[in-house]
Amino acid sequence: MFQVRIHGRGGQGVVTAAEMLSVAAFDEGRHAQAFPSFGSERTGAPVVAFCRIDDREIRLREPIMAPDALIIQDPTLLHQVDCFAGLKPDGYILINTTKTFEQLGLADFIARHRAERLCTVPATELALKHVGRPVPNVPLLGGFAAVSGILKLESVLKAIEERFAGKVAAGNIAAAREAYEIVRAEMEESAHA
Amino acid sequence: MLKQIEGSRAVAEAVALCRPEVICAYPISPQTHIVEGLGEMVKSGELQGCEFINVESEFAAMSVAIGSSAAGARSYTATASQGLLFMAEAVFNAAGLGLPIVMTVANRAIGAPINIWNDHSDSLSMRDCGWLQLFAETNQEALDLHIQAFRLAEELSLPVMVCMDGFILTHAVERVDMPTQAQVDTYLPPYEPRQVLDPNEPVSIGAMVGPEAFMEVRYLAHAKQLQALERIPQLAAEFGQQFGRDSGGLIRTYRCDDAETVVIAMGSVLGTIKDTVDALRQPENGGLKIGVLGIVSFRPFPHEAIAAALKRCKRFVVLEKSLAVGSGGIVATDVRMAVTGMGLQGHTVIAGLGGRAITVKSLAALFEKACAGQLELTTFLDLDWKAVNKQLEREKAVRRSGPIAENLLRDAGVVAARNY
Repeated sequence: MFQVRIHGRGGQGVVTAAEMLSVAAFDEGRHAQAFPSFGSERTGAPVVAFCRIDDREIRLREPIMAPDALIIQDPTLLHQVDCFAGLKPDGYILINTTKTFEQLGLADFIARHRAERLCTVPATELALKHVGRPVPNVPLLGGFAAVSGILKLESVLKAIEERFAGKVAAGNIAAAREAYEIVRAEMEESAHA
Repeated sequence: MLKQIEGSRAVAEAVALCRPEVICAYPISPQTHIVEGLGEMVKSGELQGCEFINVESEFAAMSVAIGSSAAGARSYTATASQGLLFMAEAVFNAAGLGLPIVMTVANRAIGAPINIWNDHSDSLSMRDCGWLQLFAETNQEALDLHIQAFRLAEELSLPVMVCMDGFILTHAVERVDMPTQAQVDTYLPPYEPRQVLDPNEPVSIGAMVGPEAFMEVRYLAHAKQLQALERIPQLAAEFGQQFGRDSGGLIRTYRCDDAETVVIAMGSVLGTIKDTVDALRQPENGGLKIGVLGIVSFRPFPHEAIAAALKRCKRFVVLEKSLAVGSGGIVATDVRMAVTGMGLQGHTVIAGLGGRAITVKSLAALFEKACAGQLELTTFLDLDWKAVNKQLEREKAVRRSGPIAENLLRDAGVVAARNY
């Protein structure tokens, strides 16, 4: 079983991202379970959502406490919430930021993890460029397909088409594609480093 | 057709396939997405022949359902928590009048303190209201139970609550197999009322009954629940044949054949319990002889089925998301009655109140203790004794010790609620 935890803020499409991830996995014929961390959500407040992916039925209903991967939609959360809690030692991290891990003050943290599994992508900028709104959730899914390799980019794009229509779908697909390419390039760079 | 959708949406689509004629509801978390979905389907014309009635309260929702059901319309509503309490008087009336209303309860805790998260306090507060209560383990079962519920309700002329864990199921997006309209139509015939308000053949429904007949009318309500004990397994079997999957029934056992210890629970926590039991049965984890019994039908309570399933075990652990304050477990009390005279060791575990996460880690430690014969009679799983004792000390030391809920939040330094 592969477990993903998504951190973001109310209004950034955290719950939608987890749902779309599960739809992408479902489209690949796999079992997936997406659910929010339920609270009194409001715009700007820290929000968490979860997604489990497996090749057999998922019966487990506990929250994800030891994730295989983290998607962090808002880097300002790093100073407010323990986003990395329980992350597996060889886990994946994808952060929406224009900065590097070092610039985010995470140099010590990344020294203990596998560099090629730690990526950043400017998802808010990509969303503004392609969709016209600062909603980073969908481009991050494109980046996540690249860094984790758990899902095909095509499945993510299909999930986008199922969720959105017209220009919004087209914009999000372009943003997810570009995020995928950026993360791929980043991974190659760290593999050669 | 396989779909990856939210539990609430799955239930809304299943209810629509049952061709309801009146839906009346008042929004309350975590039930809201279900009736929102149905409202959209009525408005778009996807659900034909159905009137969606907006009401001003839960009390009105059940009152409208009583009226429409008595007039011969297949009627549906949904609620949770305080909403169920607010409609309580009408809930008892619907059962007393024998009206086959189907209601989803998206299980949630009851205040105070106010809490929107999941446990079973709401449905179980209506334990003796006369409704049948069926508990879903998964979203697939939740949608299947609604189809069975209309059939069961209308055959017996009794209302049915389909209980599903709020948020944990209602807000989970997972795979469900959605039946076709033709399949549901074959299973669920049109509503043929036993009693109906018809101007051409006038009757009154809801007479005042004095001491001369009240006990007999009440006994007949009980007798109908006993009839349901027979019909529920039959309808589940028929459903299984037609739809090709097991859903519903009175109880379901898992790895009980050689089990010395059987864990009993209701609802979605059964999945986490099964995973834990699988792990504990591995030789490297001690190869414990432990099994699971899931109760689907809480009302009627399947005493005989439970006694038969526990015949070969040594002890049972009832893990419930409810608390009979001042007594102990609610489900556990019924289970103990079912096993009277069998000489079994019984344990009650209160867990998951108000959305407290029930984890494999805690369950594994609990079950190991149970299998070793070291579990107390009553356990509060993952209770923070330090927090509890601090408050008790405070109350001893200071007369004006302040409101308990606020004190505990301050002690915990809680900024925002979290469950992971």
